[in-house]
Amino acid sequence: MLNDEDLGAILLTLKLASLVTVILLLVGTPIAWWLAHSRWRWKSIVSALVSLPLVLPPAVLGFYLLVLMGPHGPVGQFTKSIGLGTLPFTFQGLVIASVIYSMPFVVQPLQNAFEAIGTRPLEVAATLRAGFLDTFLTVVIPLARPGFLTAGILGFAHTIGEFGVVLMVGGNIPDKTRVISMQIFNHVETGEYAQAHWLSAGMLVFSFVVLLALNTLTPNPWRKR
Amino acid sequence: MASIEARFQLPFPGFALEVGLQLPGAGVTALFGHSGSGKTTLLRCIAGLERAPQGYLQVGGVLWQDSSQGFFLPTHRRPLGYVFQEASLFPHLSVRRNLEYGQKRIPAADRRIALEQALDLLGIGHLLERMPDRLSGGERQRVAIARALALSPQVLLMDEPLAALDLQRKQEILPFLIRLHNELAMPILYVTHSPEEVIQLADHLVVLEAGKVAASGPLAETLTQLDSPLAQGEQASSMLQAQICGHEPEFHLTQVQFAGGVLNLPYQRTTPIGTRLRLRVYARDVSITLQPPAQTSILNVLPAAITGMAHDDEGRSLVRLSLGGAPLLAHITQKSAVQLGLQPGMQVFAQIKATAIL
Repeated sequence: MLNDEDLGAILLTLKLASLVTVILLLVGTPIAWWLAHSRWRWKSIVSALVSLPLVLPPAVLGFYLLVLMGPHGPVGQFTKSIGLGTLPFTFQGLVIASVIYSMPFVVQPLQNAFEAIGTRPLEVAATLRAGFLDTFLTVVIPLARPGFLTAGILGFAHTIGEFGVVLMVGGNIPDKTRVISMQIFNHVETGEYAQAHWLSAGMLVFSFVVLLALNTLTPNPWRKR
Repeated sequence: MASIEARFQLPFPGFALEVGLQLPGAGVTALFGHSGSGKTTLLRCIAGLERAPQGYLQVGGVLWQDSSQGFFLPTHRRPLGYVFQEASLFPHLSVRRNLEYGQKRIPAADRRIALEQALDLLGIGHLLERMPDRLSGGERQRVAIARALALSPQVLLMDEPLAALDLQRKQEILPFLIRLHNELAMPILYVTHSPEEVIQLADHLVVLEAGKVAASGPLAETLTQLDSPLAQGEQASSMLQAQICGHEPEFHLTQVQFAGGVLNLPYQRTTPIGTRLRLRVYARDVSITLQPPAQTSILNVLPAAITGMAHDDEGRSLVRLSLGGAPLLAHITQKSAVQLGLQPGMQVFAQIKATAIL
């Protein structure tokens, strides 16, 4: 069955995915709102940038993040100057990389949900004396709830499943950056197929349950009405 | 009385809104125009939902917008109520919570209209616990109107509140709107493209054409202005404000008094003497004679003065009459106008063949 290292990897993965999901919802919501409502003519550039991780090989993304956050990269220089050291091969570095990597999976469902709501309910709320934040909390969030649910589930699941970015940015440090997919890789490398099977089967079941939940909890997350 | 002063310039591709209006601070002002005339845009500018780059707006002595000072009060700070064309209730809130949504956001001291009063006026007390998707189109619109009223607004803006409803639902809501008009002191700006609604509801009429004000003034006068878009064509008509003064059950007739005299109407069995009502008189139902006819089957013949005339290309003349100050339009043939030698200023007799009670 699972050994301590496996359990450590599972716990670390859950911790990473939870933290990343929370950050993604906080950061992705304003981005998705802006993308849904802005009339700026270069909006599509931002949209493409956010979606980039959908098509970019994770290794490429990981490589650039490694360079940027490394001791000679601009981000690395900055983090060193404020006394944080460098981020690659740390849990924090892995969080940042995962946020970027999973961003489109959160932004797109939210953007779709916001666009489906349209401007009319916002105008109605304004004529009923609700300011922006008030409207957002009492009208937008309740109406966009399926979108938030989809965004949260997809962001969480996608972070759990990442491998390439972890390999490049995080490495393979037990309890710091060794997530489930890394652990499976380790087992296969050392010929421990039984262990790899347990973890892989767990991931398989988890992924299936996530998709099942998406389909039952939200009417149709892939194409919102 | 708080009046409304509005000046807006708002360019659109292929269209520009350019209006300057002084509107009364009481009663119903109809903003009438065909689609694309800018009437909804004007209403949205007043609500602050559209920001005109050049604009000045003052409601009841309070400044809402002045672009020359860079001042713009956002919509949620304007003490107005807004009813959209489609009801736009919040689908995630029950009728009660929809109604309370706005009301609980205004200071308690400003709540001049109680929720119960709004419920009563619109007849929706029995719907409180329903969700919006369980309401009919007409019920939804009544809830939306009550929701706006519950804000005790200083001005109520209504954007074609009946346009999305079928005829039956319209007939269901109109009496409620007439009640609003009769029972509330607040000014109402009512956007519509329906002459019937104008004649039934409005006290003041603004006619918009291609983003500009084509006519503006009290309803009876503006409706009968010879160059007004509403006075053109078969539907041209006048509105008379009258009061029931007698019944003749044996002849199935009811008499009403208006500024120009007494008119006989079809018997209004259930309407008591003293009731005020509006009459719509189509211009095609009014004819003109020079002498009071001694023997005629037409009951309603009243002295009138000609105040204006216009001729169209199809051999018809539109004659504007004054019956004791009440303006009335008559459609006659150009030939009759020439044969009778009709001229502005002449004293004549108006024969009214039919009137519609609104």
